[in-house]
Amino acid sequence: MVETRRQAVVLLATLVLLLVLPALATAVGMPYLLTLGSQVVIYAIAAASLDLLIGYAGLPSFGHAGFFGLGAYVVGILAFHAADQSRFLGLVGGATQAWIVWPAAIGVCALAALATGALSLRTAGVSFIMITLAFAQMLYFLFVALKIYGGTDGLGFDSRNTLPGIDPSSDTEFYYICVMALVLVLGVFRFLVRSRFGMVLEGLRQNERRMAAIGLASYRVRLVAFTIAGAGAGLAGALDANLLRYVSPDALHWTMSGDLLVMVVLGGVGSLYGAFYGAVAFVGLQSLLSQWTEHWMIVLGPILVGVVLLARRGLWGVLAGASDGGADGGGGAR
Amino acid sequence: MLTISGLMASYGHSQVLFGLDLHVGEGEMVTLLGRNGMGKTTAIRTLMGLLAARGGRIEFRGEDITGRAPERVARLGIGLVPEGRQIFPSLTVRENLVATAANRAGHRAPWTVERIGELFPRLTERASQMAATLSGGEQQMLAIGRALMTNPALLVLDEATEGLAPLIRAEIWACIGRLRREGQSILIVDKNLAALRRLADRHVVIEKGRTVWSGDGPALDAAPEVARRYLGLGE
Repeated sequence: MVETRRQAVVLLATLVLLLVLPALATAVGMPYLLTLGSQVVIYAIAAASLDLLIGYAGLPSFGHAGFFGLGAYVVGILAFHAADQSRFLGLVGGATQAWIVWPAAIGVCALAALATGALSLRTAGVSFIMITLAFAQMLYFLFVALKIYGGTDGLGFDSRNTLPGIDPSSDTEFYYICVMALVLVLGVFRFLVRSRFGMVLEGLRQNERRMAAIGLASYRVRLVAFTIAGAGAGLAGALDANLLRYVSPDALHWTMSGDLLVMVVLGGVGSLYGAFYGAVAFVGLQSLLSQWTEHWMIVLGPILVGVVLLARRGLWGVLAGASDGGADGGGGAR
Repeated sequence: MLTISGLMASYGHSQVLFGLDLHVGEGEMVTLLGRNGMGKTTAIRTLMGLLAARGGRIEFRGEDITGRAPERVARLGIGLVPEGRQIFPSLTVRENLVATAANRAGHRAPWTVERIGELFPRLTERASQMAATLSGGEQQMLAIGRALMTNPALLVLDEATEGLAPLIRAEIWACIGRLRREGQSILIVDKNLAALRRLADRHVVIEKGRTVWSGDGPALDAAPEVARRYLGLGE
């Protein structure tokens, strides 16, 4: 996965646009663009982590919202116990500092992904889709049942997590934190897919039995990928809870997994950066079309079909053209 | 190094191997010969753990490996170059080589991409090219290179030159000969008896899933009925 000149230009232009968005939003008198921008960036992190699974590891997870929502709930629960001066399960006190809460969200989601991945990766194909969906739905119903954390009403909290020297309560500063997180996550994922680990994932996706005959155990490699993807979704969930200062079981619902999947497909499966453009298209269409009708998915559906049929490499393929090699090149099977 | 005795295997209810016996010594090159459909590839698949053995025993370096998972067999030091190459098409040549490279036995001079390039200069020229764009012969060279990068104690080649042009075939035989001279233990399945007669130390002939003859090159020369009866040659 080495970027072509055109891809580098598109990425650079996108980064510049992201950096000037707050100034642009102020200039055109549309401050809500900043919140929309933060939402796009957060979804892009979650969608990129799902793309790592689908596009690179060949694992069509339909339960990614489980980790996204769990990351959000870690923020919510720790904020709840911090405000309440109580302890989670009588053991862990609350916290509002980002340097504690965000790594905690990432860690909890990585552990959850390790545990659920250890079981679900023993299956493949439709069974894998169903078991990942089932795990996410179990989490959904768990949080619906937990009345202490608001049940179906969700859990609101007063302020975002704090960071030394930065004021995340400012929408602009929080937006830049999200952009930095996206750049960091994409950088880590890019490093991973270009590393031997990424090559092995790609090889497994293409021919699992061949990999086994060379001495590679697919289970462990895929479990590592599943855990990393879960951690990425957890970070996105933690940021989402901070953006909204609210978390509800909706973040864990299977429709959220579906939304992330749509973003990955719109952006281009196995393109990594495509997740961002998929998130832009999804959030953009949602906010434009939902002003017109609450059934905005009626319009999104045909668009998705069009992208799948006409632009198989998604928006990233349309914007940045074909790759000159590496993991996102020549992926005819995708 | 490798001793297979009385190996039996089947696909569902159809039994293919009825008692295969084979031995490869340290630094030896042994061929597994037989007509199409006699069980040569099945024998390799069973050896690698890709197909469950129904009976018999496979011993590698004194260890019973019968029924082990393919990745565990490979990790013990058996490198397979499969029938049909099966390279990873959307990885580059270099990525195909390094993705699964390993030196589990701790060789002092392990195979590197550069050494593979010396063996197959064409691969160096195409290092950053997607493997799918290689010619058949180059793909075969890549498949051999990929197996060598795992530094196997025993290299197993299943129909390594099938469907290749004579010139490319000769190039591959020359490389296999070089590996043999460097002391690499090799088990090879192929129909090209003319080339193998010169290269290999011993030959094992199978017919309907059973070992029916084994011996060295001169013994095979002295027994033309073996080639005629079991390999369909010289009729």
